[in-house]
Amino acid sequence: MLDQYVGVLLTFALGAVIVGGMVSGSMLLGMRRRQHYAVKDEVFECGNAPSGPARGRFSVHFYLVAILFIVFDVEVVFMYPWALVFRALGVPGLIEMVIFIAVLAIGLAYAWRRGALAWY
Amino acid sequence: MGSLAFAILAVLLVASALTVVVHPNPVKSAMALVVALFLLAVTFVLLEAHMIAALQVIVYAGAIMVLFLFVIMLLSLERENPEAQPHPPTGLRVVAWMGGGVLAAELCWLLVRQPLPPPAQAAADYGSAQAVARSLYTDFLLPFELTSILLLVAVVGAVILAQRRRP
Amino acid sequence: MPAVWLDLGIAAAKTLLVLLMVLNLSAILLWVERKGSALIQDRIGANRANILGGLLPFNLGIVNTLIADPIKMFTKEDVVPAGADKVLHFLGPFLAVFPVVVTFAAIPFGDVLVIGDRTIDLQVAGLNVGILYVLAMSSLAVYGVVLGGWASNSRWALLGAIRGSAQMISYEIAMGLALIGAIMTFGTLDLQEIARAQGAHVLGVIPAWGILYQPLGFLIFLVAGVAETKRVPFDLPEGESELISGYFTEYSGSKQAAFMLSDFAEIVVVSGLATTLFFGGWQVPFLGREGWNLPGGVTLAMPHLAVVALQLVSFTVKVFALCCLQILVRWSLPRYRYDQLMDLGWKRLLPLALVNVLVTGLVIVLAS
Repeated sequence: MLDQYVGVLLTFALGAVIVGGMVSGSMLLGMRRRQHYAVKDEVFECGNAPSGPARGRFSVHFYLVAILFIVFDVEVVFMYPWALVFRALGVPGLIEMVIFIAVLAIGLAYAWRRGALAWY
Repeated sequence: MGSLAFAILAVLLVASALTVVVHPNPVKSAMALVVALFLLAVTFVLLEAHMIAALQVIVYAGAIMVLFLFVIMLLSLERENPEAQPHPPTGLRVVAWMGGGVLAAELCWLLVRQPLPPPAQAAADYGSAQAVARSLYTDFLLPFELTSILLLVAVVGAVILAQRRRP
Repeated sequence: MPAVWLDLGIAAAKTLLVLLMVLNLSAILLWVERKGSALIQDRIGANRANILGGLLPFNLGIVNTLIADPIKMFTKEDVVPAGADKVLHFLGPFLAVFPVVVTFAAIPFGDVLVIGDRTIDLQVAGLNVGILYVLAMSSLAVYGVVLGGWASNSRWALLGAIRGSAQMISYEIAMGLALIGAIMTFGTLDLQEIARAQGAHVLGVIPAWGILYQPLGFLIFLVAGVAETKRVPFDLPEGESELISGYFTEYSGSKQAAFMLSDFAEIVVVSGLATTLFFGGWQVPFLGREGWNLPGGVTLAMPHLAVVALQLVSFTVKVFALCCLQILVRWSLPRYRYDQLMDLGWKRLLPLALVNVLVTGLVIVLAS
């Protein structure tokens, strides 16, 4: 069973070499006369002086999106094995999954009503 | 061959786990944790648990660690001034490393003296997606349905934690 | 030569073939996009590249895109902005391209190749959890975006990165759910088995491709896939007229080339997966392993290599057609606003995909 993964291992190794070579390409082949004057090292803000470090705080809404993503990802992950043996389980299997999806749909509806999915 | 693969894997896994704990930069710590979880998935593959390995990458390394990175970046936990960060006193560090070392030595000693019994003979399609699915939806149906309640609680909790204060 | 080395050599050859195919297809798509967008916008597009400094009397746009541009990108100076972390600056583009490129290990590009007494399965890794492997690698591509923005030490790059990763994770759910219907229809996660199962013919004439059974699933998958690749109409994280280049503003040279490559490689991956699941993969209608089995009982034998060649061509044509569809969509639609984008992902595609799963389940249960 494990010889399925030989191809995966080879792909990882070859992919890492090719992509690593590509990303470091201009580090190796690019211009070497690196002059570090202040303006060149600044970040690009359409000509304005940099408005400060990138360490400001962002909206907590992104955190909420990430948590909702985890919850629904786990739900989808439970549905993959169910989809595989669905034909063998028959009607009881369908009912089990309907209950599962219904409970999580309640969660989605709650988040929707509470404005967790709104972006304004 | 299998032992060699496992040895390399174990060394890499322990190295990345140590990086998580030791590295001062939180983002690099989180990336080392991603690597560690990915190597854990590779360990599952070596144990012929293919389905769990894929799910480990999808859920843990692909979703939960993204949440970790979001939190690190949203709270801007990185240094404004690395020198100004408080360092733990040296004595505490020595004790921590010694404690970890003692624990590791104990585990090694135990496993060498009393090796674990060989596992029972597994079915031919052990660890494949069909085997996991069959047992999950017949023998473990109640925990599966209870998991949906658990996830509902998680959604409600997250929404309440992050809700806007309506004036 | 012991059998192990021969097996390893064959696997290495297949891996090299697939990786080079993905990279080359991405490069060709870059040129197709430039010329295609020019066609749509009623202009000529890139057609100037002096060959040998004007020695030869013609210009070729394709030389411009496929040779001059890469050479330019690789020889530019690699500027890392002040305060940026060098390791993360390298890791960002690496993690943007690497997971996308290795996804193709699970996608079959042909049936079998029989040489002598060896039967070579034309798929780099015949995983029995093929679909899950593809989804796992796609979910790792988020790190490229997040690290790319964070390592730039720029407020606007970070904003683009956070928006981009929030968008990617929102559409990953819809993408996974759209595939559940296809898994229920075929009953397996192995992509080669799914491709083989689409060789049957409904009513003897219509090929039993996935889109016949899952039209809604295909639509949801395509929309979610295009949103994952952050292309127009979902390209607000890149925001070409708003955030300059969004999360990869501070990258120059081959790192920027890597981010652009990840864009096109993701198009190829989404097209490859959609082809395998919904359009029969390498299947040619009425072509079996031995030859043609036309309706009406007519059979035409064909040499094995011709069958394999036809299957490879069919796969490439289908993938290329879906890529061209995505390029067409890019140049026809305006950009979504961010709240419209997240609305689409959470409030429309997610419930629609759940309904698709339930309806598919009902139909399968009623039909059996």
